[in-house]
Amino acid sequence: MLSRVADSAYWMSRYLERAEHTARLGDVCLGLTLDRSSDTVRRLRGAVGAPPVGYGVAPLALGESITEDRLNQTIIACVAAARENARQVREQISTEMWEQLNRIYLSVRQTNSPGSSSFYTSVKEAAHLFQGLTDSTMIHTEGWHYIQIGRSIERAGATATTLEVLFGDAAAQDGAGGIGAYISWTALLRSCSAFEAYCQRYTADVRPERVAEFLLLSADFPRSVRFAVETVEASLRSVARSLGRSSSGRVERFAGRWRASLDYSQIDEIIAESLQSYLQGIRRQCEQVHSALYQTYINYELESAIAS
Amino acid sequence: MATEKAIDTHTGLFSRYALDHCYDEMFDASSAPRPPYEALYRRLLELSPSDLSQRQQNADSAFLHQGVTFTVYGDEQGTERIFPYDLLPRIITAREWETIERGLIQRVTALNLFLKDIYQEERILKEGIVPRHLVYSAQHYRREMLGVRPRKDIYVSVAGSDLVRLPDGRFAVLEDNLRVPSGVSYMLTNRQIIKRVFPELFTNYAVRPIDHYGQSLLATLRSLAPTDRADPTIVLLTPGVFNSAYFEHTFLARQMGIELVEGRDLIVHDNIVYMRTTAGLRRVDVIYRRVDDDFIDPLAFRPDSRLGVPGLFNAYRAGNVSILNAIGTGVADDKAMYAYVPAIIRFYLDQDPILPNVETYLLSNPADRAYVLENLDKLVVKAVGESGGYGMLIGPHSTVSQRDAFRQRIQAEPRNYIAQPTLALSRAPNFINNRIDSRHVDLRPYVLCGESFTVVPGGLTRVALRKGSLVVNSSQGGGSKDTWVLAD
Repeated sequence: MLSRVADSAYWMSRYLERAEHTARLGDVCLGLTLDRSSDTVRRLRGAVGAPPVGYGVAPLALGESITEDRLNQTIIACVAAARENARQVREQISTEMWEQLNRIYLSVRQTNSPGSSSFYTSVKEAAHLFQGLTDSTMIHTEGWHYIQIGRSIERAGATATTLEVLFGDAAAQDGAGGIGAYISWTALLRSCSAFEAYCQRYTADVRPERVAEFLLLSADFPRSVRFAVETVEASLRSVARSLGRSSSGRVERFAGRWRASLDYSQIDEIIAESLQSYLQGIRRQCEQVHSALYQTYINYELESAIAS
Repeated sequence: MATEKAIDTHTGLFSRYALDHCYDEMFDASSAPRPPYEALYRRLLELSPSDLSQRQQNADSAFLHQGVTFTVYGDEQGTERIFPYDLLPRIITAREWETIERGLIQRVTALNLFLKDIYQEERILKEGIVPRHLVYSAQHYRREMLGVRPRKDIYVSVAGSDLVRLPDGRFAVLEDNLRVPSGVSYMLTNRQIIKRVFPELFTNYAVRPIDHYGQSLLATLRSLAPTDRADPTIVLLTPGVFNSAYFEHTFLARQMGIELVEGRDLIVHDNIVYMRTTAGLRRVDVIYRRVDDDFIDPLAFRPDSRLGVPGLFNAYRAGNVSILNAIGTGVADDKAMYAYVPAIIRFYLDQDPILPNVETYLLSNPADRAYVLENLDKLVVKAVGESGGYGMLIGPHSTVSQRDAFRQRIQAEPRNYIAQPTLALSRAPNFINNRIDSRHVDLRPYVLCGESFTVVPGGLTRVALRKGSLVVNSSQGGGSKDTWVLAD
């Protein structure tokens, strides 16, 4: 597979995941505004990912707060960037996938009610449909695995960022106790589609350390960091196999080491040490796996490639 | 102009259908349907306008969902557009096709010999058949190609000449496209769609299949690979997603099962071309390029090109990679060179052209120029290096100020222009505004030249959708329809 094609498949998937995550944030914020939790809303919006460059959304200035408009623009820009990447690999993905992405794009561009609950719902549903089509209509070889890797890295980073921006907020309110804190914690869970799953696991007794444990270390919840990293590692192994290599080398070692540390981490130790810095570490490791992936398969040094 | 008369014997769908001095593809002068169109005509009389528009909608939505689109340059808004499609097929008989096929093979054979000659021996220039200055001043002449020998001396392996039908029913060549002719994906998609929306009609005709185009193209490309490469790696080089024909590039790559690459995917090391894959660098042997000469290698041609591959031309010159079509073929489809093609055919093949040319005035020639400047309102003036219907003046449809502008441009740079009589292009029936009406059409068949010739029986029939318009280019509001070549 061409390296450029791998690059486009990876970013197509990342941007669509980012659009979906942002839509979920937007939807949760909408509910919070009705509950008059404007402070939580302000913080939660801080978890919006960076918009892609060149799609009409300016980079965030230092100290600038994120408005609802900006959040919606980011969704639209991410969908447009996902589609643009899909166009570049159109002969590699299935027709159904292309048509679905094309449909999402046309609908978000034509919408006259960005910021409504139905807008956010339609983006979420369209992204889920795309994911289903990817799984059921595309051949599960190399290209499909780059799509998995892109989605999972984006997911791990987004979950960590959301935890980071809200944990401070919720912890501050925790002192005051009561309803305010509860709303912040459930908002956090909802913004990761985790509220119901959490309740099944721990009941509706929402406690900070359990929320953190669930979103970071759950082996079974598909939006937990651990789950995402396991997916990355498995896909990296499959990519190596399809290329006839024994492993993906450095990038697989990074992912494997990270997965192992998540497997054996204890939430009380993490909190005792400093949750903040643990979350920052997750973002760093996302970055590390991303650049190792690029060095191995996409942007490798030409000199060494010519020599081999 | 001859008087127009409506086909008064017909009612309903055909009530406004007019015949005049132009050749009508469907009806003869007595307004009876021509034999190959009889079955179509009878079927149409059985259908109501709503039947037809239902089918038209089905066809349109199929195009929309597949995203069969093209890009209009200079249009800031919707950069992608659907190529308008007409439901009714254009029918060509076996006998007509036989002449077209022989004529095209003859023409491409001669043009390949011409290109070999002007880049290798210059015999035709020494004998004064084609003026030397015309070759050297051609915009697409590539001095860098002097002495370079493409594999099997084949310069043009994919040609798409535009044919028109004259009032007497004969086909003539209007222009040759020897660089990167496009449109073949529409030929193939149109066929798929008509089978879906008009199946009963299709089965009544013995239409020759065209689906093997991709396979034939692949075989052609493979036959021109560098000699020592047993299982050559073939790629399609696209300028990228912003090119107007990007859909076609993805379509052909998928049909042939080859990689679609951009310039940035390729690198040249020690005169060998590689593509950057996730499994490391992989050697490339044949490049079917859809990038113009100018942009293909910033070291050899335009240094500001970001679409090309630095060093590609040297790898090509070293014989390590085949590039198709060869570089510099544009000199032979220059609109001024066109006037010499009949002489070129006679010179190399000692035969008369099977397909005639259209009368052409060269504006670098003083006598021609004087005549043309006198008669701008009757002639069509074309810039020699342009294509896609850009840079044209259609005399009878032009304004005084447009003619003045062209007069000044012609006087400033006469070599850059040619003129032709305003042609009475033939007309074919189209389903427009719930009625069947006629519009001007041309025909672009595709010729493949490798080990042997393949002319896929069919082509792209382009339609000038505006009533009376003679411009069929997709960038200028043209559409297309399926072309049926009958087996007989």
